[in-house]
Amino acid sequence: MKKWTRRAFIGAGVLAGGAVIFGIAIRPGNRASKVAGMVAKEGETLITIWIKIAPDNTITAIIPHAEMGQGVHTALAMMLAEELEADWSTIRFEEAPAAKEYANYAVAKGFVAGNKDFPKFLDQTIEGVFLTAVKSMNFQITGGSASVRFTGQIAMRIAGAAAKSMLLEAAAAKWKVPVDELLAVNSEITHASSGQKITYGALAPEAAKVKMPSHPKLKEAKDFTLIGTSKPRFDIPAKVTGEAKFAIDVNIPGMKYATVAASPVFGNRIKSVNTSVEGKNGVIKIVNLGNAVAVIADGYWQAKMALNSLNITYESGENELISQEDILARYRAEMDQALEKGELEIHNQAGKVGPAFDQAAQIIEAEYQVPFLAHATMEPMNCTVWVKNGEAEIWCGSQNPLGFAAAVAEELQLDQEKVTVHNQLLGGGFGRRSETDVVLQATRIAKEVDFPVKLIWSREEDTQHDVYREAGISRMKAALDGSGNPIAYQNQFIFKHHPPEAADIPYEVENQLIHFSSPKTFVPWGNWRSVDHSTHAFYSESFIDELAHAAQMDPLQYRKKLTGSKPRFQKVLDTVYEKSGWDLPLPPNWGRGVAIHYSFGSLVAEVAEVEIKTNGEVKVHRVVCVADPGIAVNPDGFVAQMESGIIYGLAAAMSGEITIKNGAVAQSNFHDYPVTRMNEAPKIETYILTSNHPPGGAGEPGTPAIAPAVTNAIFAATSIRIRQLPISKTDLLVSVKQTT
Amino acid sequence: MPKITLSINQQDYQVEAPSGMPLLWVIREQCELTGTKFGCGIAQCGACTVHVDGKPVRSCITPAASVEGKSITTIEGIAPKPDVLHEVQKAWIELQTPQCGYCQSGQIMSAVALLNENPNPSDSDIDEAMSGNICRCGMYGRIRAAIKQASAAIQQKTIL
Repeated sequence: MKKWTRRAFIGAGVLAGGAVIFGIAIRPGNRASKVAGMVAKEGETLITIWIKIAPDNTITAIIPHAEMGQGVHTALAMMLAEELEADWSTIRFEEAPAAKEYANYAVAKGFVAGNKDFPKFLDQTIEGVFLTAVKSMNFQITGGSASVRFTGQIAMRIAGAAAKSMLLEAAAAKWKVPVDELLAVNSEITHASSGQKITYGALAPEAAKVKMPSHPKLKEAKDFTLIGTSKPRFDIPAKVTGEAKFAIDVNIPGMKYATVAASPVFGNRIKSVNTSVEGKNGVIKIVNLGNAVAVIADGYWQAKMALNSLNITYESGENELISQEDILARYRAEMDQALEKGELEIHNQAGKVGPAFDQAAQIIEAEYQVPFLAHATMEPMNCTVWVKNGEAEIWCGSQNPLGFAAAVAEELQLDQEKVTVHNQLLGGGFGRRSETDVVLQATRIAKEVDFPVKLIWSREEDTQHDVYREAGISRMKAALDGSGNPIAYQNQFIFKHHPPEAADIPYEVENQLIHFSSPKTFVPWGNWRSVDHSTHAFYSESFIDELAHAAQMDPLQYRKKLTGSKPRFQKVLDTVYEKSGWDLPLPPNWGRGVAIHYSFGSLVAEVAEVEIKTNGEVKVHRVVCVADPGIAVNPDGFVAQMESGIIYGLAAAMSGEITIKNGAVAQSNFHDYPVTRMNEAPKIETYILTSNHPPGGAGEPGTPAIAPAVTNAIFAATSIRIRQLPISKTDLLVSVKQTT
Repeated sequence: MPKITLSINQQDYQVEAPSGMPLLWVIREQCELTGTKFGCGIAQCGACTVHVDGKPVRSCITPAASVEGKSITTIEGIAPKPDVLHEVQKAWIELQTPQCGYCQSGQIMSAVALLNENPNPSDSDIDEAMSGNICRCGMYGRIRAAIKQASAAIQQKTIL
């Protein structure tokens, strides 16, 4: 594997003269000339691969991430404009093309530099990610709450600073004055003593010829004028008029529609399908994909009606004998076996738990369980593909457009340059739209005909053929000393995906043994908003609550006590205490619960206020959220992400459950996979704390804490400890009867 | 194939609608008005909400043939003039309400219908009118606030 050249290397930050300096080139391998043809129109000048400047002084940030409502196009453009000293009203954006030159080395590098958030598929590059490697991996991911953290910090800010420096150099040469007499502000360069002034747009062609600085100087946080202010998102106006284009909305001349039914039982093959409806009622073709049957027709409805009428039969497979209880029994058996054989896969080990358990004043044990979850994005899975004369065009909403291009190229045995991906707005992603299953299925259908085909999944297909958040079990055991302090913490869980630190606890416990098992499963797994944090926050933040009650301490104060050496935790806990009115009295059958969890660079605490109604129903009235993301680039956008993450996690906590029956998913649509609605949504108050940490993620960190905050609140109201999600599985009516 | 005429946003469309074909697919695929979204197909999510004679209906379960001769309005037809937004749309932008935006056409159509019926809705009126519209990005708080803001703006106009 080739090493980074000095010029292509993105080095770690170095402090010099009070400012952060990066050893960086923004165009490793000098990509600018190659990409100019892809993104620059006539008259526009490309300055670094992320910025183009037009003669009218409009500046376009080229953003290598997908927009799914998280506001990434706006936040990243802000980071670039901040360093460029650009007039915000002149800033536009374009999503980067799904070309290898726009492979996101910043995200890859961030995962490496951060090390902790490093995804498995990048393992082999840990010795030094360089663009060639990233390109060959076709890495253009929007996920891991990484856009601001990595692309923003590593690519956008540095590109902006470098371009500003080049513009200043160009002006200095033009006016033959020293560069330090010049001021760049509001997309103009001025020379105060001579009164000369020139716009970035007028200077851009000369600036592009200036040698790129190897150490562009970044602004200090105290000098930010854009970062940290709330700017309206670019994508919103088109979303209130119906003009916003999602993949499901594309209309290609000559396009036909398809829909599909995969074998309900995972892994079963199609035995037979009757194709006699071909040519009738708008039906063009029936395609047997082996594990699924697709119908191509004049419209979605015609395709769906025909699909429903087909008598599809399936081969038998071993999975059809397996149901939810068998899966959970298998998981528990694996956990037992690991302990019996002493074959532990270690997540984290510190001190020795054995002796601590021997000395314990109290031993607390609990087993937690969480279900499979579907993503249920509002926009059902869909993809339009046109396979023609050794080329393919794809219209999709993808969290990884470059990866999609690579997958299709491989499927069709084409050079990747022959596959064009037109990425659209995403009608919800949450991890689901990073998977290539749908684009590949659409390609296999479209290659049977010579016109473009828009494949649309029904909601039922979307629910039953998702890639699921894993069902999980955690067995917790802790030893408390005479004062209620934990002296040993043990957690055995199943399945470790990523991020790898998700099972860590922030609490000061000397002896820890955290280990896991990896049982076999046939249920497809996928990244689900916050990934392993979604399970671990429920396990560990429920258990710490149990320890607090065993120690007869206030749960919030107990958390404070056990994070005494961590100022960031102290401040977030203090703030959520104050803002939630933690000690204020509540009516009977109401309770407050707290949870705090660090993920993707952001620390988030949530206090939920719940009522158990007289019919046993749980109503979450209010959630107070305190987040320390270091700095929130677009604060209102950050708040919106917290609100979103909380509702997404709440839907799962309250009622989200996918179960397997005879090898197939038992649920099919929103009537049996219910999600939070307007009448169930709590009032959410979000408070952002700014600290000296690098910007943290926004899309995911709101989700993990809400489930334990609510179940801890239910305990406070009822003394019933919910150890199995969703909450709807537990009958709380009994608690109301007792108190009334 | 039976042809029918639908009046959508005060424009007539000649469409082919086989028996039982839902209005949703006619609007999206034949009239090419793609602002109205497919979400669930069984009237569970509200993404496909349009107005028929001013009332909100789920176009995914409404046969196209059943609304011939009626006045249909979609998200594309809600603004009073081409370059002027409806008060609900304005409030939606001001409060930065959409996230992914996929459900928002349906949300806005339900909100406009609510305010037409009840210009000053209470929280429970909003719950009742809006709980059929799912937003997986969870923007319910902003939707509620935007409805109230639009309500205030509409009442202000009525007074003036």
